[in-house]
Amino acid sequence: MSDLLALSAVHTHVGRYHILQGVDLVVPEGQTTMLLGRNGAGKTSTLRTIMGLWQASAGQISLAGMRIERTATPDIAKLGVGYVPETMAVFSDLTVRENLVLAARDGPLDETRLDWIFGFFPALKRFWLSRAGGLSGGQKQMLSIARAIVEPRKLLLIDEPTKGLAPAIVGSLIECLKEIKRSSATILLVEQNFHAARELGDSVAVMDNGTIVHRGEMAALAADIPLQERLLGLSLEAHQ
Amino acid sequence: MTELAATDPLPKPKRDIIPALLPVALALLALPLTGSTSSWATLTVASLAMGMMIFIMASGLTLVFGLMDVLNFGHGAFIAVGAYVATLVLLPLAGWMQADSLLSNLAALLPAILLAMAVTGALGLVVERVLILPVYGQHLKQILMTTGGLIVAEQTLYALWGPQIIPLPLPASLRGSFIIGDVAIAKYRVLAMLVGLIVFVAIQLVLNRTKLGLLIRAGVENGEMVEALGYHIRRLFLGVFMTGSALAGLGGVMWALYREQVHASMGNDLTVLVFIVVIIGGLGSIGGCFIGALLVAMVANYGGFLVPKLALVSNILLMVAILMWRPRGLHAVTSR
Repeated sequence: MSDLLALSAVHTHVGRYHILQGVDLVVPEGQTTMLLGRNGAGKTSTLRTIMGLWQASAGQISLAGMRIERTATPDIAKLGVGYVPETMAVFSDLTVRENLVLAARDGPLDETRLDWIFGFFPALKRFWLSRAGGLSGGQKQMLSIARAIVEPRKLLLIDEPTKGLAPAIVGSLIECLKEIKRSSATILLVEQNFHAARELGDSVAVMDNGTIVHRGEMAALAADIPLQERLLGLSLEAHQ
Repeated sequence: MTELAATDPLPKPKRDIIPALLPVALALLALPLTGSTSSWATLTVASLAMGMMIFIMASGLTLVFGLMDVLNFGHGAFIAVGAYVATLVLLPLAGWMQADSLLSNLAALLPAILLAMAVTGALGLVVERVLILPVYGQHLKQILMTTGGLIVAEQTLYALWGPQIIPLPLPASLRGSFIIGDVAIAKYRVLAMLVGLIVFVAIQLVLNRTKLGLLIRAGVENGEMVEALGYHIRRLFLGVFMTGSALAGLGGVMWALYREQVHASMGNDLTVLVFIVVIIGGLGSIGGCFIGALLVAMVANYGGFLVPKLALVSNILLMVAILMWRPRGLHAVTSR
């Protein structure tokens, strides 16, 4: 299976701070790659650098063989990269519909695809004309993910989608992400929740201090508690 | 975090109508204080007309402020340049302006307004590319650059036309008043109210009924996410900046005709007023800007009539009062 996304020796500086210090990472096409690590390890910075929101100061980022480390964020999005930030960043003054209309860059909303999305996020259909600012945290996360998949994307970058959500909502989000995964989407997913990571991940990369310190199969990491404790400071079970 | 069940109704967003009621409350409060209904009606119409003109000048600035996070202290330059460009057209066409024919008046006025808006829009393009682009995200440098731009524009007008006030008489068909009972309503004030309302409705329609408007509203809230969805927000910035500049030009023409004069420092004089309106309204809020402009004009007119000595500080006092009540303005759109 070919690699859709590849980062090679990527460095990122934000102001005076040297955040990413030579990240090497590959995301195979059609797979879900988990990006794990302690808080402050550089996971969110890696997604932001791929998305062009922070410019890589050195190294190479390739998407489907095309170099993108100097490409502007809107052009990266147009190459087929969907981004779900940690903050969800829904436009609270706009309705659910308007949020999705903006995300459907290439034309009007596709009804069939909308029905597919409503299948696992029925709340979005119910609150179609309501202001997004009035939605609950879980519903905002659903909207943020729906915005990223409202059109087919080559690659989805999703940053801690289950963070701060009630367990019942986390369960339905995991089911939704599994459904997206079944559609052969390629996903790079930052997640702290072990259950979600084990359910969704095909491969895994673990970060520490701005570098990748481990790469391998998710199933292998899930089965190796000493390795989890060495890489993450505690076993993944404790993350639940 | 509390989650809603699928069957729960979504909490209805609270409609914030208090700011919209403020101008009405202010007008009603002024009614017994002014002593006579005709004085009150005259002051109220004057306030509405003045408020609409200030709104036209400030509407572009609030979008620039909210969307681009740019402190454009040079906005007044577009007001003055708009007024001078219109004067350049109107003075040679004085015969048409003073003719007793509405068509002749319009034949002079419309090209003057359109040219003023085109020139100030184009000037906005130059200012954004030359002065603003290098200092995005750097507020102190923005203040220095745009204040410098305002000084250069003002001094250029002085150099070209001198320090004297240039008279700009109203066209014949806009002079005089409509008399309703014992209340005289100046024709030009009615026109100013109509133009202000048209601009307000047009901006609201664009913002609420078009994808471009969605992008602007989304950009005011989170420009980074708009970029992550695949839209070049800098191009959007440029379009908004040019539109804001053209609206300032239109406001400059309206103001010059209202005062029936043009002078080089008019942009500088109006800058403070326009900033007060934008801050009162809440950065990036067109509705807030509209209400803020009306409040500023009402306080100036009623205050000037009732307590003339207070007129000099009335707008500052209004701003302080509003910010003590709502620190981010009447309608907070951004988190700034």
